[in-house]
Amino acid sequence: MRSRSHICAAAVLGALIVAAPVHAKTFRWASQGDVLSFDPYSQNESFNNTFNSYVYESLVMYDKKYDVVPQLALKWEQVTPTQWRFHLRPNVKFQEGEALTADDVVFSIHRQLSKRSMMKSYLAGVTDAKKVDDLTVDILTAGPAPVLLRQLTDVRIMSKAWCEKHNVVEVQDYVAKEETYAVGHANGTGPYVLKSREPDVKTVLEANPHWWGKLEGNVTEIVYTPIKSAATRTAALLSGEVDFVLDPPLQDLPKLKSDPNIKVVEGEESRTIFIGMDQKSDELKYSNVKGKNPFKDIRVRQALYAAIDIETIKRTLMRGLSVPTGELITHQVYGYFPAANKRPAFDVNKAKSLLKEAGYPNGFEVTLDCPNDRYINDALICQALTSMWAKIGLTVKLDAMPKAQYFAKINKLDTSLYMLGWAVATFDAQDALLNLVHTRNDKGAGEYNDGSYSNPKIDALIDAMSSEADVNKRLGMIHDALMMHTQDVAHLMLHQQIIPWAMRKNIAVTHSADNRLRMWWVHVNDANGKQ
Amino acid sequence: MTAFILRRVLQAVVVMLVVALVAFSLFQYVGDPVQLMMGQFATPEDRIRLTHELGLDQPFWVQFYHFIVNAVHGQFGVSLRIGKPVSVLLAQRIPATLELSVCAAILALVVGIPAGVYSGLRPNSWLARTALSLSLLGVSLPTFLIGILLILVFAVKLNFLPAFGRGEVVSLGGWTTGLLTPSGLRSLILPTITLGLFQLTLIMRLVRSEMLEVLRTDYIKFARARGLRDRAINFGHALKNTLVPVITITGLQLGSIIAFSIITEQVFQWPGMGLLFIQAVSYVDIPVMAAYLCLIALVFVTINLIVDLLYYVVDPRLRIDRPGSAGG
Repeated sequence: MRSRSHICAAAVLGALIVAAPVHAKTFRWASQGDVLSFDPYSQNESFNNTFNSYVYESLVMYDKKYDVVPQLALKWEQVTPTQWRFHLRPNVKFQEGEALTADDVVFSIHRQLSKRSMMKSYLAGVTDAKKVDDLTVDILTAGPAPVLLRQLTDVRIMSKAWCEKHNVVEVQDYVAKEETYAVGHANGTGPYVLKSREPDVKTVLEANPHWWGKLEGNVTEIVYTPIKSAATRTAALLSGEVDFVLDPPLQDLPKLKSDPNIKVVEGEESRTIFIGMDQKSDELKYSNVKGKNPFKDIRVRQALYAAIDIETIKRTLMRGLSVPTGELITHQVYGYFPAANKRPAFDVNKAKSLLKEAGYPNGFEVTLDCPNDRYINDALICQALTSMWAKIGLTVKLDAMPKAQYFAKINKLDTSLYMLGWAVATFDAQDALLNLVHTRNDKGAGEYNDGSYSNPKIDALIDAMSSEADVNKRLGMIHDALMMHTQDVAHLMLHQQIIPWAMRKNIAVTHSADNRLRMWWVHVNDANGKQ
Repeated sequence: MTAFILRRVLQAVVVMLVVALVAFSLFQYVGDPVQLMMGQFATPEDRIRLTHELGLDQPFWVQFYHFIVNAVHGQFGVSLRIGKPVSVLLAQRIPATLELSVCAAILALVVGIPAGVYSGLRPNSWLARTALSLSLLGVSLPTFLIGILLILVFAVKLNFLPAFGRGEVVSLGGWTTGLLTPSGLRSLILPTITLGLFQLTLIMRLVRSEMLEVLRTDYIKFARARGLRDRAINFGHALKNTLVPVITITGLQLGSIIAFSIITEQVFQWPGMGLLFIQAVSYVDIPVMAAYLCLIALVFVTINLIVDLLYYVVDPRLRIDRPGSAGG
């Protein structure tokens, strides 16, 4: 009897030890916007995708160096150039108990490819998915798909049974009158479970006790609060009401850095900011030059480029938080070519003489379109550019507007001179080249080539690289294309943004070049600095 | 009377239609929601399909007609930003906005009237002078600045009131209230002051000047001559006569408190309708913007109607002399 009660006591004690998490660590954080939807395919917005990745997982994920590593798939091979085979991790369960099988993966890929999915672009080139056995799936592509694995990092896996049960096999229809179950409920395989959600108030996630993996960080509860007003966000961090702010306003950084309880972690974002020019129209829409298009002349493009005093922009407007660049992509992106990272020296006289050679000794008038709420200090940078170009005789009118109107305008090619920023979602140069540099066609190329730049040689290289299976050959093509882009002054490159994240002293995070906070690497330490 | 009400209601309907029309014509310029929903990499076909499904490719008048028909049926569609029905979203947000607005109005009345009375009675005392100069600040400082200053002092420096949010709320049959929890009450303090300060100073200055005026009148002098006590004169006779314009102003201001709580709600991340609207604007969430603007128009139209009716009831001259043009 006695020994039995001992065993009982030991069992209870053991259960207590197992049940009690090491230390409940709550991580409270804020940024400007809210989570939009927990249906992972119903919106394609970077912050929403990040938040969904806490609950839903993909076949593969990025490690800290942006290399692709296993997540729900343990290993994979290419059976034929257009057939990839993925072997799933066994014994993975969804949060509501369903076991993960090949059916779920096939279902998820079909759902993401379905008519109303907003995330189809992540499966560009994928034609179908087929179950081989319970833990093996084949993904079929139209041609060789060198970037497939990187695309799959944002293809989240849902449970087929759960979707069928809750009538969310179809992605939400925004014309319908009702919300769907998946908007406010989630059932993934990931490290965190959705606990509660109040739009614009707060969203709470808890650690998933049955998760297959082991957290590198120690956050057991996530409390996310959107705080729209920048000053309030800073105040909430200073007063200790939140632990972390994803987007602290630049003007508050000195104050935050001087506070002994706050630290600011700065990291380079994989985004470049640049100016595009209409290089196709026979006459610029917004200019006083009639009958010809000055931007078709490389000397004019070179003149505008040489007139940009990028170091001054860095020092004054960006408060040091930028890396001037001459290349379309940044060093975090696969295919980066140091030799192509060349920008002309700042030289007003050279710029003037180039303009004169090109036949515009007195300059000309043109309108610069610019967003005012998209990139860091976007409108201010444009303003600085207009005065820099004024020094070589140009009269540049600035038209700055909110992003919601801006992108609709420039995507219609309704612009002569415009600002754009590009972060390569797949961390592969092909993506940027295809969208920004390739001649626009009806097959989706050149979708953001809003200046209609066109160079048949680069087009040929991009077309070839998207079906090249030989890694080295493909890298060579990328390098050649990037070099041509630089030499031809296809865009006037400005800089790479540096993104500051602000947090309390006891928080440790891993900064990401895609501005995504990866929760599984976050540490909340005790106030005295220990974990 | 019935004819009067009918005419006013008809006018109200016309006003609502005009507001809807103006709002709708503005939506042509706010941008493209499809771009924000689908992100950078969507194919042109997908964009065209969604634009078509949302009806954004239809001519303005067709879109407007569909909106009116749906609105009459109580259908405002689904938020493009968070995928929930707009009517549900607005219903969820109304308690927060109303609670804040009513608290701000009460604060304005409870502090503004006594302060106005006092500074009217003793216009030369230092307290009255201080209150008057402080009220100048209240009138002239913009709301967001007051909000941020309060946050800086009470949340960051002194650290005893929350900088944002509504605290813990209790749900009573669909109505959420922060009045029943300590954290909810604490969260209410700073936004209430921010939102109510302007009205407070307005009421104070109004009561003060009315009091000064009334105290000079003959009937107050006669009351004094009769030997009535100060208390009875000041509050029984003087204050009562100052309240007519105060009530009018307060009634009209309640509408603007509700409508202009947008800024306070944004500064304090107060989850009311104003915040919903601001978020909707930056996301081009047209269904939410349209419904919100119509709702606010409805609030103003209703308050105006009630005020008109009150005039009609209070002022007998309107009824007898000019039955047709009452309240004009």
